[in-house]
Amino acid sequence: MQQPFFGTIGIEHYLVLSSLLFVMGFCGIFLNRKNIITILMSIELILLSVNINFVAFSTFLGDLTGQVFTVFVLTVAAAEAAIGLAILVIYYRNRGSIAVEDINLMKG
Amino acid sequence: MLDFASFVFYVLAALTILSAGLVISARNPVHSVLFLILAFFNAAGLFVLLGAEYIAMTLVIVYVGAVAVLFLFVVMMLNINFVELRQGFLRYLPAGLGVAVLLFAELFLVLKASIGLAGAKAEVAHAIPSPADVTNTVAIGNILYTDFFLPFQLSGLILLVAMIGAIVLTLRHRPDSRRQKIFRQVNRMKEDTLVIVKSNPGEGA
Repeated sequence: MQQPFFGTIGIEHYLVLSSLLFVMGFCGIFLNRKNIITILMSIELILLSVNINFVAFSTFLGDLTGQVFTVFVLTVAAAEAAIGLAILVIYYRNRGSIAVEDINLMKG
Repeated sequence: MLDFASFVFYVLAALTILSAGLVISARNPVHSVLFLILAFFNAAGLFVLLGAEYIAMTLVIVYVGAVAVLFLFVVMMLNINFVELRQGFLRYLPAGLGVAVLLFAELFLVLKASIGLAGAKAEVAHAIPSPADVTNTVAIGNILYTDFFLPFQLSGLILLVAMIGAIVLTLRHRPDSRRQKIFRQVNRMKEDTLVIVKSNPGEGA
């Protein structure tokens, strides 16, 4: 199999990058506990890091399945963002605020 | 000596990490969204470097073109005091950083322990064809429409459900708005609405 133009970059570089990105998305959820828009963006970062992991393994193992799975991850991420933002919009319309600690009506 | 591909990788990776850091720490959420777009562009560059052109272009179209713009619309549409929402950022910083460092250390240890295994001969389900014969997009299409036909259809169904869900959630019926009622317009009869009044000239009705 003809490999693309890699140079000296191995799969480890991509895995370190993806785990750094994952940790930053995780950290974003912790730091912005009150801002749900930033939390959603952090989730997008986490999904991006997962995609990088999939594509890196796909290329370095010579298996196309990882790239196909990335397409499915993209689909689910787009659906999740659309639904999440729709819920956010109606919540703001009903309550006039999107602070996370105000969202406790269903706690019982 | 750093060759060109490694140089491009390091530049793209550094920009991705930098913009991800700015996404989670920017004061203004609009800036956060713009840095998210930058992170997606750099990740698309990394995918091109990996030889996954289709994923790279899909990432740009789907994420930058749809998801990030959706975020931008919502951030700009809602009138929120974002300074208030940022309170507690410094309070959660030590805990967040601690958990992040711990998580990264764990991931790194797993990575280090499995470095020898990465080169092991794995069972290849769908081998990547030579880029000279079949382009990346054609190769993905060849297996997406055959071996992954059912998951492909199901992901389409997921998108349909998400679309209908988002529309149903945000659709608002206003009782005070004056809407066009096609049914009543079509059912209108001449006798119901038109009255012919006989009047003589000079007398009025």
